Amino acid sequence: MPSIRKPLIPLAPHATNSLGLTVRDYEGSMSTLCAGCGHDSITAAIVQTFFELDTPPELIAKLSGIGCSSKTPTYFVAGAHGFNSVHGRMPPIVTGANAANRANIHIGISGDGDSLSIGTGHLVHAIRKNVNMVYIIENNGVYGLTKGQFSPTADIGSTTKRGIPNDVPPIDPVELALSLGASFVARGFSGDKKQLIPILKAAVEHHGFALIDVISPCIQFNNHQGSTKSYKYIREHELNEIDSVFLQPSEVITAELPADSSVSITMHDGSKILFRTLPDNYDPRDRNAAINYVNRAKANGEVPTGLLFVDHGLPDIHDLNRTTQEPLINLPFEKLCPGRNELMKFQESFV
Amino acid sequence: MKPTDINNPNFFHRVVDCQWACPAHTNVPEYIRLIAQGRYDDAYMVNRTSNVFPGILGRTCDRPCEPACRRERVDGTPVAICRLKRVAADLKGDITQRLPKGAETANGKKVACVGAGPASLTVANDLLPLGYEVHIFETALKPGGLMRTNIPSFRLPEEVLDSEIEAIVSMGAQMHYGTEIASMKQLLDNGFDSIFVGSGAPRGKDLELEGRRDGGESRIHIGIDWLQSVAFGHVTEIGKRVLVIGVGNTAMDCCRTARRLGGKDVKIMARRPREYFKASPWELEDAEEEGIEIIVNHAPKRFVIDDGQLVGMEFDIVKWDESATRSQVLDTVIIPCDDVILAIGQENAFTWIERDIGIEFGKWDMPVVDEVTMQSTHPQIYFGGDAAFGPKNIIWAVAHGHEAAISIDNQCQGIPVSDRPPVGMNLINQKMGLTEWSYHNDFNPSPRQQMTHVDLTKRFEDLSLEVELGFSPEQTAREVERCLNCDVEPVFRAQLCIECDACIDVCPVQCLTITENREDELDLRMHLTAPAEALDKLLYVSSTLAQTGRIMVKDENICVHCGLCAERCPTAAWNMEKFVLQLSYAGTSTHKGH
Repeated sequence: MPSIRKPLIPLAPHATNSLGLTVRDYEGSMSTLCAGCGHDSITAAIVQTFFELDTPPELIAKLSGIGCSSKTPTYFVAGAHGFNSVHGRMPPIVTGANAANRANIHIGISGDGDSLSIGTGHLVHAIRKNVNMVYIIENNGVYGLTKGQFSPTADIGSTTKRGIPNDVPPIDPVELALSLGASFVARGFSGDKKQLIPILKAAVEHHGFALIDVISPCIQFNNHQGSTKSYKYIREHELNEIDSVFLQPSEVITAELPADSSVSITMHDGSKILFRTLPDNYDPRDRNAAINYVNRAKANGEVPTGLLFVDHGLPDIHDLNRTTQEPLINLPFEKLCPGRNELMKFQESFV
Repeated sequence: MKPTDINNPNFFHRVVDCQWACPAHTNVPEYIRLIAQGRYDDAYMVNRTSNVFPGILGRTCDRPCEPACRRERVDGTPVAICRLKRVAADLKGDITQRLPKGAETANGKKVACVGAGPASLTVANDLLPLGYEVHIFETALKPGGLMRTNIPSFRLPEEVLDSEIEAIVSMGAQMHYGTEIASMKQLLDNGFDSIFVGSGAPRGKDLELEGRRDGGESRIHIGIDWLQSVAFGHVTEIGKRVLVIGVGNTAMDCCRTARRLGGKDVKIMARRPREYFKASPWELEDAEEEGIEIIVNHAPKRFVIDDGQLVGMEFDIVKWDESATRSQVLDTVIIPCDDVILAIGQENAFTWIERDIGIEFGKWDMPVVDEVTMQSTHPQIYFGGDAAFGPKNIIWAVAHGHEAAISIDNQCQGIPVSDRPPVGMNLINQKMGLTEWSYHNDFNPSPRQQMTHVDLTKRFEDLSLEVELGFSPEQTAREVERCLNCDVEPVFRAQLCIECDACIDVCPVQCLTITENREDELDLRMHLTAPAEALDKLLYVSSTLAQTGRIMVKDENICVHCGLCAERCPTAAWNMEKFVLQLSYAGTSTHKGH
């Protein structure tokens, strides 16, 4: 734990966003995690994401379970709503919160233990139901808070700090999500914000369940020679083929693109993007292709990162359950609770 | 960019803005921390080592450190460094035992100092402990030079002045008061090994006309002295109608200054036509732009005094021949005024220095002096203080004195004067625990403390009553915490970094970046977490990082030295280390023993 709070320097050259807030306004309290923990970098990326998206802090709901990862919502956006649930129970709480108020932005922070051991049952159903949320797994392959036992994401052959190898096959959250029909699946690395921030932005804007598996080295128990989730290992084995740039939804720009060529387009913010024609059979919504890509990379000992799969067309929790557009809190009491007579009428409809 | 050479003391020294700006390189943050701990004696001694007169300077210094202070960039007002120095001097106990002492055995070398101002006294301070026989010649009956004559006692109490000078004199300086040196040649013949001239700046010329001494003296000013008084803040206003006599740059400075101090109708009075003016054309233009009237062909005749008051000045209106060598008087005119400023040149202050003994004189009839060694073109003669490069201030005189003392010591020990002793540095780890430092690293948002002054009514009852009361203990406690401890510096060791970004995420001012290296510094500056736009402030560039081949860059402009980068660094690649500049003074040279 740092000796002091991060000081607020009066004349620091911080820019403001369209709400007049500085990046400092999106911070939370000081992190009590170990120095060098990957989770703190993810926190910083989330801070930067909401700052750059001009998100009003009061529209954010941050939820978590138990574990090192689940402490982190305290460290970003102090002005947001927060809920710290029982171990592994964050997904059902978000499901409820999301059903009750679809206007809020829900961000759930979990870890490999919270999501893939005790909470697996809840995670899979949140994915199935396409709950409209950002779901971040801060994945370090160990139970840091209980001193470094293997978690379900530890690779075969990866060792503990004392050198004992793991021989139980891991759960890959990316494969899990793809196979369950998730509408947005990405993998990032805490040591690469340049990639992580655009993915986070896209996840916030995504309509449906957005899972981001973020490799986040445990500096204390899993950043050693035998680890497959250390800063060094990830940097050596990362397969980062997919460049991520986030562009705010805006007006349509059309351009002609002949087969097998490229064209440079100036975007709304003045930046330029080079568009290249894709192979004929390429379909970004091809779930099987994504699964194959991830599997092939894994077989080569590579860790594929980037936005791996996205499908905007899938119905989300609100479409599936025909929930009300209006947040429940804004509905008048009579509408929320129509009374005994209405109940009787409703029951009679089943007779 | 190439990695920063942090083995060069200048890099970390420049980060300590106050110390870098101080001509004597006083270790400001160190003494402020000592004051915070109530260690006033230690704080005083840290000061005394570099600036010799902490009590005097704590009241009168020109404070080049304060405009440089990092705190000014943070919240707009610098730490009250000068007044904190005074706190150390005022609250210290008996430090007599800790002062340097004269040598027990003489080294047989004799040094003469001309003038007993701060420059000469510093030379004596540095040379007496080494066994030199130092003679100080002073025309006045008391030592101190300008510190005594030009600074009124309500700003600098006499006892403060006396005690700090006495600390030097009592080391065994041989004082010759009331002694005017008439000949440099003679002084050389008297067997001095070295001569240091610290006799102050040349004086402005006076104009002895009718009425000069008839009661209007307080409204008739010598230009250069008057400017100096304004610079020191002794003079803050002037009458509405001002006549400036003279056509040089000093005259232009005088009339423009007069405009700022309340002069509405300010005239330059010139005897000859414009093409014979000595002022630079741009200076003349600037003056005219500010509404200064330039009147030519008027030769001063007398000061008009009415009932003991200056009311105007009488001029002959003259007509010149073509070469402007001869003139005829056409008429006389009285121009009314409230003040007259005489800017008609400077007395030659060095009339006592023979021009044929090897001292070369240059521009403005000032001796040619080496800016580093303070040596003149005569190998045994040195200049310092205002005598060297014209009016500066006390802290510069002290800095000159230290350098001259090194030169004199070198010369007397047979070492080339140009052979300057090395400047060293120490970096001392400040880590006391996992997240604990030996300095107070939290940022304190208090504003600069205001000095309290003696009531106006009391002030005029006793001319020598010191007006500034000094900081109270509460004010001192608050002001010391405003110091950002710039000397406790984050030091980076690239080989330890694992590029986890923790330092970058925690930095409150966004001064850290890990990025691809770029060849062009400007290009790199624009591609940092926050653009480094202050080009006069350095970038700290690391060598290549092991995992990605990128570099760590720190913008030294905005760091507040809170140490959070080092606290959040898992490998101690960043660490807070105290930079201690090791300045050399006469006698600490590594050449000793040759």
